Amino acid sequence: MGKTFAEKILALKSGKKSVVTGEIVTVSPDIVMSHDNTAAIAKKFKQIGIDIVKHTEKIIIPLDHCVPAATEKYATNHKEIREFVQEQKIENFYDINTGVCHQILPEKGHVLPGSLILGADSHTTTYGAFGAFSTGIGRSEVASIWATDEIWLRVPETIKINIEGNIPSGVYPKDIILHIIGDLGADGALYKAVEFSGKIIKEMDISGRMTLCNMAVEMGAKIGYVKPDEKTIQWLALRTNKKYETIKSDVDAEFEKIIDYDVSDLEPQVACPHTVDNVKPVSEVVGTRIDQALIGTCTNGRLEDLKIASEILRGRKISNQVRLLVFPASMEVFAQAMELGILQELVKSGAVIMNPGCGPCLGAHEGVLAPGEVCLSTANRNFKGRMGCKEAEVYLASPVTVAISSLYGEITDVRGDLK
Amino acid sequence: MSIKGKVWKYGDDVNTDVIFPGKYTYTITDPQEMALHALEDFDSKFAKEVKKEDIIVAGRNFGCGSSREQAATCLKYAGVGAIVAKTFSRIFFRNAINQGLPLVQCKEAVENISSGETTTIDFGKGELSCKKGVFKFPPLPESVLGILKDGGLIPHTKKILKIEEGE
Repeated sequence: MGKTFAEKILALKSGKKSVVTGEIVTVSPDIVMSHDNTAAIAKKFKQIGIDIVKHTEKIIIPLDHCVPAATEKYATNHKEIREFVQEQKIENFYDINTGVCHQILPEKGHVLPGSLILGADSHTTTYGAFGAFSTGIGRSEVASIWATDEIWLRVPETIKINIEGNIPSGVYPKDIILHIIGDLGADGALYKAVEFSGKIIKEMDISGRMTLCNMAVEMGAKIGYVKPDEKTIQWLALRTNKKYETIKSDVDAEFEKIIDYDVSDLEPQVACPHTVDNVKPVSEVVGTRIDQALIGTCTNGRLEDLKIASEILRGRKISNQVRLLVFPASMEVFAQAMELGILQELVKSGAVIMNPGCGPCLGAHEGVLAPGEVCLSTANRNFKGRMGCKEAEVYLASPVTVAISSLYGEITDVRGDLK
Repeated sequence: MSIKGKVWKYGDDVNTDVIFPGKYTYTITDPQEMALHALEDFDSKFAKEVKKEDIIVAGRNFGCGSSREQAATCLKYAGVGAIVAKTFSRIFFRNAINQGLPLVQCKEAVENISSGETTTIDFGKGELSCKKGVFKFPPLPESVLGILKDGGLIPHTKKILKIEEGE
């Protein structure tokens, strides 16, 4: 039998000839990412009793979760991180004017196919879109890696998800991944590697693949993975000249499960409160009143997302009952969207353009909700209290569904608008 | 090692946002203060009434969502002696072990324990005793158990590095 991507890369990174699923291996990661949680990690690191981080070149620290600082406490947190970065001479530090970690790691050329990336953030699964093995870990683990350059990982079984058919009008990668999560459930891929493949994936741009891998963790997956192809190579060529070796599952690899989807008849999808797997076709929630609409985050804040949203909003005004917040995922996205006139279109429609960062996604600042309010968001989580208020509701959808809904002040099926 | 405590029973998919709200993730740094907000948006009685060695019993996918380690830290410092669940979310599993908080994966036990009853867990024997009987659970893998025995990952790493220095 052949081997899966997960088995091959974990064998390589643990220095073994081969590994089997379920085996626990000790690996040395290529990249370790932490963000606003770096100050807390630094404190844990100091508790270990050593002063110098082992491989500063592996460390990447973007500030994104509450930027610019909302309060004195957040400001102090950022200050401590900047001091630690200086003290340890960490080169790959990205301050508040850069963007969301999961957008800027690929943008700055840190993500390579065949690399092992660990991050103190659950959506670290995003980089699987480039053929990396990347997953989230906790704060203590980052501190421990800084000290030892090692961590244990269990070799996961792999679920292969084939996505075939033809994408209908009004349906986007976000709708596809919401549909899959709704179908498989919040633990449908618990501890598993999820390999996305099929015609739809081949046709999908890098931005869409990032959306899929970003949300793989919402069904419990350890990693999401897309086999690198010509699109990946071209995208990376603009970002880095580092050499890399692509790792792919063998044709006769043993998958735990192969699941087939045909998206030809798929409707736009909406995840309803308060779980990501509470997914319904948009037709079932049409008419739900919204108070706030959000386009952005590490799931859907890329140029492609802002572009399709602006095409819906062009020349029209959002409902006066709705606040539309737009968070470009990075400063690069912000600048490109400005040059292309996308931001102007959005502003004319009534949107508030915010700075790149996580915004209110995790309830820290910049547009948290009041009791009884409803937000339709392009983010990846809608748990109770997620956007700062436990008596508020969060629905999740594609940038296009969010844009069209902001015009009407209620959840709207874009397909009625396209005709 | 064994513990005895009152059971707090919950359902499936208890996520890290309801265990420890995101709005506190960068503002609360003291573990004792974290404990005051444990399960705040989910069970407001919990943080006020939880006693040392109390046991959380839950369904599938406990701790799903964010990688925030405070979700494990706040429960540990609230006094929770162990969490018994049908399954655990991957990162939460790691975080709990790394905080020295024991986890028991045992579907059968979960189905037979009621909220509020007193339960005993013997980690050495791999046995959980409740009103409805005694349930066996498999031990954690050796490498994982080592971290737990040392009281969490930071003391474990500290110990390992000292051992290496001594060689």
